[in-house]
Amino acid sequence: MLGWIDTLLQGILLGGLYSLYATGLSVIFGIMRLVNLAHGDLIVLGAFLILAATSAGVPLVVACVVVVPLMFAVGYALQSVLLNRALGRNILPPLLITFGLSIIVQNGLLETFSADTRRLDVGHLQSASLPIGGGIAIGVMPLIGLLAAVAVILLLNALFYRTALGRAFRATSDDVEIAQLMGINNRSIYALTMGISLAVCALAAFFLGTRANFDPSIGPARLLYAFEAVIIGGLGSLWGTLAGGIVVGLAQTIGAHIDPEWQILSGHVAFLIVLVIRPRGLFPRAVD
Amino acid sequence: MAMLETHDLTAFYGDFQALFGITFALEQGETVAIIGANGAGKSTFLKAVAGLLPRPAAAVRFDGRDIGALPAYEIVKLGIALVPEGRRLFSSLSVEENLLVGAYGRRTGGPWDLAAVYRLFPVLRERHHAPSTSLSGGQQQMVAIGRSLMSNPRVLLCDELSLGLAPIVIRDIYAALADIKQRGTAVVLVEQDLVHAMAVADRAYCFQEGRVSLAGRPQDLSRDAIHAAYFGL
Repeated sequence: MLGWIDTLLQGILLGGLYSLYATGLSVIFGIMRLVNLAHGDLIVLGAFLILAATSAGVPLVVACVVVVPLMFAVGYALQSVLLNRALGRNILPPLLITFGLSIIVQNGLLETFSADTRRLDVGHLQSASLPIGGGIAIGVMPLIGLLAAVAVILLLNALFYRTALGRAFRATSDDVEIAQLMGINNRSIYALTMGISLAVCALAAFFLGTRANFDPSIGPARLLYAFEAVIIGGLGSLWGTLAGGIVVGLAQTIGAHIDPEWQILSGHVAFLIVLVIRPRGLFPRAVD
Repeated sequence: MAMLETHDLTAFYGDFQALFGITFALEQGETVAIIGANGAGKSTFLKAVAGLLPRPAAAVRFDGRDIGALPAYEIVKLGIALVPEGRRLFSSLSVEENLLVGAYGRRTGGPWDLAAVYRLFPVLRERHHAPSTSLSGGQQQMVAIGRSLMSNPRVLLCDELSLGLAPIVIRDIYAALADIKQRGTAVVLVEQDLVHAMAVADRAYCFQEGRVSLAGRPQDLSRDAIHAAYFGL
């Protein structure tokens, strides 16, 4: 019984990490209807950037604080220089660009950092845990990761629902032509959106790198988990994305508890089951 | 010199030419109606002026300045706002949020703010929290007009305000238009509803197949002349 409670707790904590992966994806899909196939690889890029900074002697937390705005700038530039040129009624060109970007990022990382597995070192925090009684303990880093996921969603919701800029984001998402009639430059809104998405990726990268080993090849699997979390949660709702991440995390840990070989598979099975029962996700908000 | 002019304005949808050299002028504070049959190019004309369609850079002038190369989001900042055909409210935004988005491109002071729009359309104040999709057609049109007014435009371009609305609602909308006009805003009305348009307009243009087929003051235009210009008979 205790084993199960422990499994559920670990699943929820893992879900926090997955929803950090997924939040950036959810934001760009919600506002631009763009699926970024390089999303996972960009998370891994963030992890390597943090690693490179710490290797140069920068303390880990400082590295993270620097890499988050740096990744925002990368996202802003990526959208304004590259993806905005492919905007149009056809969704395929931007999709193909992100597919190509995924290959470029993966191979660029392989070339620069080799295929060795790496890890971000958080010292004694790595193994620190909070005992919550009954012999069950919660890892401090996974807990911080879940809290960070919640904090990111609170922050983004405040931006989208309480500010004039946020209204402009939602108006652009609703009807891009009319948004321009209101004085909104949709291209700069898109660039900001991609910037926000990659800033969240950088934060996700920190928790990815401190939780497990990473190497240049693991991006596509992170993309898949993120994508599943977004779809399970329902398009357009960030709280839905959090719930979706937790569903995938729970399914994986429950699967692993039954048989370690079932971990990854059970996440995908949970995704398929949700698709069958609720094709629009658990908390759909967007109309299309 | 007129405040807003177009000279030999052309517009295309892909290979299809929709406007063949429209020359048009609008004075400060004036109300001008553009009438014509379906497909005459009236809406296209408004879209081209507002910057939603590509057009020759020198074909549109505002305050003596060429604005034909500017994108739509810059045009509204200069003081030209479009109330689009079919209302096109932001569906995930509330009534008040729709109005507030309209102020995003506001660069000049003027008579219009949230309070002024609510005075013009009191029913919107009562429904300010409601999702914009829950409003009646007439109320949605009020939001669309109010949203465009929030940028404090000097020129309000209105595309088919009366489309799909009950006669009593159309009367209310046109009453509001008189208020807007009184505040010094120039209005360009694209309408298929001849009677209403001609009643409020200082001047009228009739479009036919992408060209101006008739222009003048409503009282100077005979029924037969309008009929001929409208249908090309």
